[in-house]
Amino acid sequence: MLGEMLRGLGTTFKHIFKKPVTISYPDVKRPVFERFRGRHELKRHPNGLERCIGCSLCSAACPADAIYVVPAENNNEVRFSPGERYAEVYEINMIRCIFCGFCEEACPVDAIVLEHNYEISSYSREAMIYTKEMLLVPPPPGAQDVPQRGFAPPPQFMPSPSSHPNRVEGPPPGGRITTYVAADEETTDYVRANLMDADRDNKIDDEDYR
Amino acid sequence: MGVIENVSRWILGREAPEEELEREHLERLQPKDQLMPTWEEGEEGGKMVLSMGPQHPSTHGVLRLELEMEGERVLKITPDVGYLHTGIEKTFETLRYDQGTALTPRIDYLSPMNNTWCFIMAVEKLLEITPPPRAEYVRVILGELTRINSHLVWLATHALDIGAMSVFLYCFREREMILDIYEMVSGARMMDSYYRAGGLAWDIPPGFIEAVQAILDILPARIDEYESLLTRNPIWMERTQNVGAISAEKALALSATGPALRATGVPWDLRKTMPYSVYEAFDFEIPVGSRGDVYDRYLVRMEEMRQSLRIIEQGIRVIPRGPFRIDNHKIAPPPKEEIYLSMEALIHHFKLWTEGFRVPPGEAYAAIESPRGELGFYVVSDGSAKPCRVHVRGPSFINLQLIGPMSEGGLVADLVAVIASLDPVLGEVDR
Repeated sequence: MLGEMLRGLGTTFKHIFKKPVTISYPDVKRPVFERFRGRHELKRHPNGLERCIGCSLCSAACPADAIYVVPAENNNEVRFSPGERYAEVYEINMIRCIFCGFCEEACPVDAIVLEHNYEISSYSREAMIYTKEMLLVPPPPGAQDVPQRGFAPPPQFMPSPSSHPNRVEGPPPGGRITTYVAADEETTDYVRANLMDADRDNKIDDEDYR
Repeated sequence: MGVIENVSRWILGREAPEEELEREHLERLQPKDQLMPTWEEGEEGGKMVLSMGPQHPSTHGVLRLELEMEGERVLKITPDVGYLHTGIEKTFETLRYDQGTALTPRIDYLSPMNNTWCFIMAVEKLLEITPPPRAEYVRVILGELTRINSHLVWLATHALDIGAMSVFLYCFREREMILDIYEMVSGARMMDSYYRAGGLAWDIPPGFIEAVQAILDILPARIDEYESLLTRNPIWMERTQNVGAISAEKALALSATGPALRATGVPWDLRKTMPYSVYEAFDFEIPVGSRGDVYDRYLVRMEEMRQSLRIIEQGIRVIPRGPFRIDNHKIAPPPKEEIYLSMEALIHHFKLWTEGFRVPPGEAYAAIESPRGELGFYVVSDGSAKPCRVHVRGPSFINLQLIGPMSEGGLVADLVAVIASLDPVLGEVDR
């Protein structure tokens, strides 16, 4: 009986000489994995325009009903994003948010991304409603902030810079369009030839959805 | 002055008039029979009703037990559940099937991936689809990691309840490695939503096999370490052997499943008896006990962890190559890079994230062997994109019935060991 108890004590005693597995958090921060889902960020194009086109797909995908989007129209005088529309109001209620990442999966332009910041506590409920200003990342160095003036080309097929497996990494398959360029002849031809007729193979049967 | 008053009251046996009035007033407000604890004069002494929980460290959550006691002996146990009722089954009805995977990990938060797996299996039955083999193998590996994860928390809290603090710390140290794998594959440490209808949300990341291999290298020695602290420990044996014993007939009659049933000697494990997914391809054993007491349930779970490691070891060697999700874009969204290039993919993407996928009308029940027993999801579809009804057969809830037969007549200190050995998760009990 005593032997068994000494054996148990020996196991605990061994741990005195082991390195601690804990880290002193506020001073040392634990690195997170690439897929970690933390605080949201609204991304920008390299030229400073917002990626978000105000399509509200994130809001539709959200199981917690935490995202509120009000879209508005761009024009050549006041331009926030390439293409027709942008999000005039973009709010995320961080108290409701469950960090499932469905908004990021749903976003067709890789605008909303759950980044690695996990320090999102606050002293008031009001401060937990994140507005567009809080979510939008600053423009890249050298780029102009929104609103910009002038004509912007329609949205192109741009890979997001992130390495998240859900996000596009490197050139899209096929390697035909790799960078963000103004619509040149080659691209236009490609789009006409391949993408204009959405249902060229009759793959989409609308009856399935009704 | 106050001292003299107190002394005089003690000698004379009388209370000060103001205090007497106050006491009478209080008694009028609260009738005597509603005060706890209540004493009833019986033939063999006083009976006491004691409320254990809901904020009690050894009830593993917000479980309240109404104990009818005579001295230290528990005569009758009435569990009172519902303190963690979240209405999660009803919430399923307001969300689409694809959004439902965000809810499932929150039911049994100690084995999150298993819940999603079970829900998804029921939905896949209704859709009549089979996920690709790669997804099935990854599901099995993660499912078994989840079992170890859950058993580690059980062992930690079980030992802590009985007074072994070091085991608690060691178990949580190893659990961290499994949570790291969760974070690696899904981006969240607990609420993963990684399993999706038709496969997985994403492919396994690079470094996954190595991380699982690291667990396989470390954990067997660590399980031996826990056993060196507990299995032959005289205090542990004294507290667990012949405590909370139940017969196989009684356990079966109360529809117990999981380690609680297997400890009585019934080799009922859905992975063997009603194989699902690709478990038939794996070589593993079902540990059973003989006496059905707390000690047997402990031994069964310890052996289950080792068997899970065996399954994982076989699994990571043979993860097939190929797609991790079915190619039917009416159910699974197309890859992100495709929607930049193909209008069809973009339309599918928008359709799926706004309307979800329609599930043929009908009903399906899928069950898996969760760390606690048979976890079942009963899904009724009316043909729309949202389930008509989702019912969860929570093993914690059903196994909680055993608490009466197990510990009535025993000591209240043994009840703590019995609750821990049943390993209830209150999120699943109350749903």
